[in-house]
Amino acid sequence: MTQIRFNRRAILGAFVGAAAATGLAIAPAQAEDLKVGFVYVGPIGDHGWTYRHDIGRLAVEEAFGDRVSTTYVESVPEGADAERVITQLANSGHGLIFTTSFGYMNPTIKVAKRFPNVKFEHATGYKQAPNVSTYSGRFYEGRFVQGVIAGMMTKTNVAGYVASFPIPEVVRGINAFTLGMKSVNPDASLKVVWVSTWYDPGKEGDAAKALIDQGADIITQHTDSPAPLQTAENRGVMGFGQASDMIQFAPKSQMTANIDDWNPYYVARTKAVLDGTWESGDTWHGLAEGMLAMAPFTNLPADVQKKAEETLAALTSGEMHAFDGPITNQAGEVVAKAGERLDDGVLLGMNYYVEGVEGSLPK
Amino acid sequence: MDALMLLLLTVITAATPLLLAATGELVTEKAGVLNLGVEGMMIVGAVTAFAVAVTTGSSGLGIIAGAAAGVLMSGIFSFLTLSLLANQVATGLALTIFGIGLSSMIGKGFVGLAVTPLSQLDIPGLSAIPFLGPILFGQDVLVYLSFVMLFAVSYVLRKTRIGLILRAVGDSHDAAHAIGYSVLKVRYLAVLFGGAMSGLAGAYLSLAYTPLWAENMTAGRGWIALALVVFATWRPARLLLGAYLFGGITILQLHGQSFGWSIPSQIMSMLPYLATIAVLVVISGDRAKIRLNAPACLGKVFHQTK
Repeated sequence: MTQIRFNRRAILGAFVGAAAATGLAIAPAQAEDLKVGFVYVGPIGDHGWTYRHDIGRLAVEEAFGDRVSTTYVESVPEGADAERVITQLANSGHGLIFTTSFGYMNPTIKVAKRFPNVKFEHATGYKQAPNVSTYSGRFYEGRFVQGVIAGMMTKTNVAGYVASFPIPEVVRGINAFTLGMKSVNPDASLKVVWVSTWYDPGKEGDAAKALIDQGADIITQHTDSPAPLQTAENRGVMGFGQASDMIQFAPKSQMTANIDDWNPYYVARTKAVLDGTWESGDTWHGLAEGMLAMAPFTNLPADVQKKAEETLAALTSGEMHAFDGPITNQAGEVVAKAGERLDDGVLLGMNYYVEGVEGSLPK
Repeated sequence: MDALMLLLLTVITAATPLLLAATGELVTEKAGVLNLGVEGMMIVGAVTAFAVAVTTGSSGLGIIAGAAAGVLMSGIFSFLTLSLLANQVATGLALTIFGIGLSSMIGKGFVGLAVTPLSQLDIPGLSAIPFLGPILFGQDVLVYLSFVMLFAVSYVLRKTRIGLILRAVGDSHDAAHAIGYSVLKVRYLAVLFGGAMSGLAGAYLSLAYTPLWAENMTAGRGWIALALVVFATWRPARLLLGAYLFGGITILQLHGQSFGWSIPSQIMSMLPYLATIAVLVVISGDRAKIRLNAPACLGKVFHQTK
């Protein structure tokens, strides 16, 4: 794998070099008030996570016209390379930089120290600074709804989850899905396969196949390509889209999808910088604020659809929370009693499975 | 038994793209040319195959277009390195960078489209054999092709005059030139063959493995194929072993996780790399034999006028 990494870095270096050269060349001709930079973990054509962030970038361009120009760098590995790319963006006159993956957290904080006048926005992290805000979506709300649907739809009582890396964000999604599923079907359980990548369509699809071969008849995922859902479609089982509506890949199998909507946030934050009102903060929005939406419910019997709509409405209004007690962890210990609700601090650091998830959480 | 069969079927799909690309690269390297652009040729093959299959509605045309795209990409490489005598390592790396960029550009209009997966081609009679039938004789055309090409390459290299000339060119281009063989012609053909095979591997990814187009969807498989050629010490049989070992353990570890083996998933993810390297290094431990199989002129520039 070292060889691959090395070569990808070389490739990336070349891209960044080229991007920087173009940036310098055209800079004098521009008269915009603000340059906004975006750092993406995958390609914009992944049709998932990065794709939705890029739609947010286009919304910023649309909203401010000539006043704002945007730059993006895609497929940036998490780690040392990210630091170089972020530095490059800050150096080339970008006043606001969005870094859109969890693994960019430390590089973002480091670069932010050296550029106190540049504003940084880091997605899904938990470290802030005077010029670094964090933002994320409460995607677990959508996963709870998916869990409810899965619990009612499964015939084998086994659902399969293609997961990327064991970070709190992903673990939270797994737990919310499981709690949703158990709320309607106490006999159901969840199998999890970790693929150790955000993006590798072939491997994601293979993981879905492994899960289906071992009895899962509902597939969901926390990776970025449509491959697991498409595998579900080809194998004749049901599934959910991730980050964007993926119905065209699974017209018979997609029951709904989490749709990330970054547009309002990106536009608001860009406006704040232009107006001089930008302040560091931590934003965690969900269904209620519209940072998360659900794709239309499809391929569902009427009673399941009704239950899904009710759950969605209750979560949106705040009448219900995905992590309402009673909640028991895998070891059988009660982590929230009936009537209690896990607070955001616990959710942000979530490092255990709830009851109903099979296997043990990789540490 | 049913579960084992499903597992083996998945292993075949994981190993096929590696085997196709590695077989092509083996021939290229045997002729003395090191083409590091496998990943780039593969991804361009993938996007072209997908684009043509979506536009025409025919997977067959898609496969042909994928191979043709691989040939074109390797044509650029061979012109630069063989005719203009550019450095092979640098040109190969550039070809990969170019291929990834080019494929994103071609693929822009095809993101989010779906295509009918490549249909399986049951071989009459044989595919009805219980257990082995569906595994060996119920595959799609590219899987059969991956085997046919591997055996053909193995046979041609060992048993035929063409194979002898190819190996002579790879082992000592000056000697081959002195006897009167056209080193350039042989190398051009070998590189183009490698390109076609990489293109087919790409077509397999976007038409059969995961029938969709997504940027960077090769995800490093071209590099794995390259590494397999070296670890298999340029021997076709070991290439087959390596590709299936790598594919097999990749799938096995996913199944293991889903089954609930209590091994950390990070270690499971390392397993395919560790096991493939370990096995191939152990069976290829004999240095004299490696020297026998390794093309002596690999990566060296050939000056025809010398």
